[in-house]
Amino acid sequence: MDVTDTEESVRQAAATRTIRLEVARYRPGQDSEPVFQDYDVPLTADWAVLDGLNYVKDRLDGSLSFRWSCRMGVCGSCGMTVNGEPRLTCGTFLTEYGDGPIRIEPLKGFPVIRDLVVDIDDFLAKLSSVRPWLIREGEELPLTTEYAQTPEQLDAYKQYSMCINCMLCYSACPVYVLNPDFLGPAAIALAQRYNLDSRDMGDRFDVLNLEEAVWGCTFVGECTRVCPKHVDPAEAIQRGKLTAALRSVLPWSKR
Amino acid sequence: MTRPPGSERATSTYRPPRDAFWFARTRNYTIFVLRELTSVLVAWTVVFLLLLVGALLNGTFQDFTALAARPWMIAVNVVALVATAFHAVTFLNLAPKATVVRLDGWRVPAWMIQGGNHSAWLALSVLIAYFILRSP
Repeated sequence: MDVTDTEESVRQAAATRTIRLEVARYRPGQDSEPVFQDYDVPLTADWAVLDGLNYVKDRLDGSLSFRWSCRMGVCGSCGMTVNGEPRLTCGTFLTEYGDGPIRIEPLKGFPVIRDLVVDIDDFLAKLSSVRPWLIREGEELPLTTEYAQTPEQLDAYKQYSMCINCMLCYSACPVYVLNPDFLGPAAIALAQRYNLDSRDMGDRFDVLNLEEAVWGCTFVGECTRVCPKHVDPAEAIQRGKLTAALRSVLPWSKR
Repeated sequence: MTRPPGSERATSTYRPPRDAFWFARTRNYTIFVLRELTSVLVAWTVVFLLLLVGALLNGTFQDFTALAARPWMIAVNVVALVATAFHAVTFLNLAPKATVVRLDGWRVPAWMIQGGNHSAWLALSVLIAYFILRSP
């Protein structure tokens, strides 16, 4: 018998219980708008929604398109709308939804390229616009100096550095969904991540102190609620507002 | 954001139409919008207090109390009191998001900042109540 453990477990599961996935399909040139297609997949305790989608892709319908990579909540590529909520599908288990069905749609707020794949070019442009790297001045290449940090200095920004760019916060943010020009939660949190780093010499004030940046936020707080890495972008944005307000009153204060 | 030349997509992406009722889609969005709407009644409370100050300065306090005693005005102000209290509580609870207080490297937890805010609010309210309610 050259049956793998996985195949055996799939067969056993299929013989027992299944759960229905209602998956949004959008095939450019064929569909004028997304339509739902139902698939029944095995319901096992250790299967995430992403495992269900991979089962569909492997066994039921090879034409289904979606992004995924690491399956362990690190790469940030499998974000989708699951029963109306932006979720990482690798960390969302089928058993959370009882007998189902589970409705799977692409992340809200982004143009849909195909099925569950969204266009992330706008987010990538916003991300690079905040210069998410250490800005240093007056240093000659090659850089050989080591800049040690105390645990306190690390603690000042560590939380914001946990962002995996999964864009769930953008999808949960009604400000971004209604106004795509809004810089958005993750980009601002990452700007703050570098602003709060003791080795960084920039302040990114030019990109943060704008109506389309921190001041566009109305503090709905959904970005923080849906963040799978507990980054708390809402906090980063409110701190940015306070810094910007203080700077306009106290021109000599840097941060 | 513009794309570099030559990278146009062969097929069109789907953009969902703007959702006019986005605030009704989830409970959290609805609560958010209600919280924002309480600002209108907070503004009314400020206007009402300015009317009171104006009446005191102009010596028309009797007219003001007559206006304030009308049933519809009492109804409006009861609603405004509830809305202002709700707004103040949620505002003070969100304060730790904007202010990160560090004491010798130790980050003051959110509940302490919130507790401090509410305590200060309570102390001020008691002080004001003392001056207003004490017998002449």
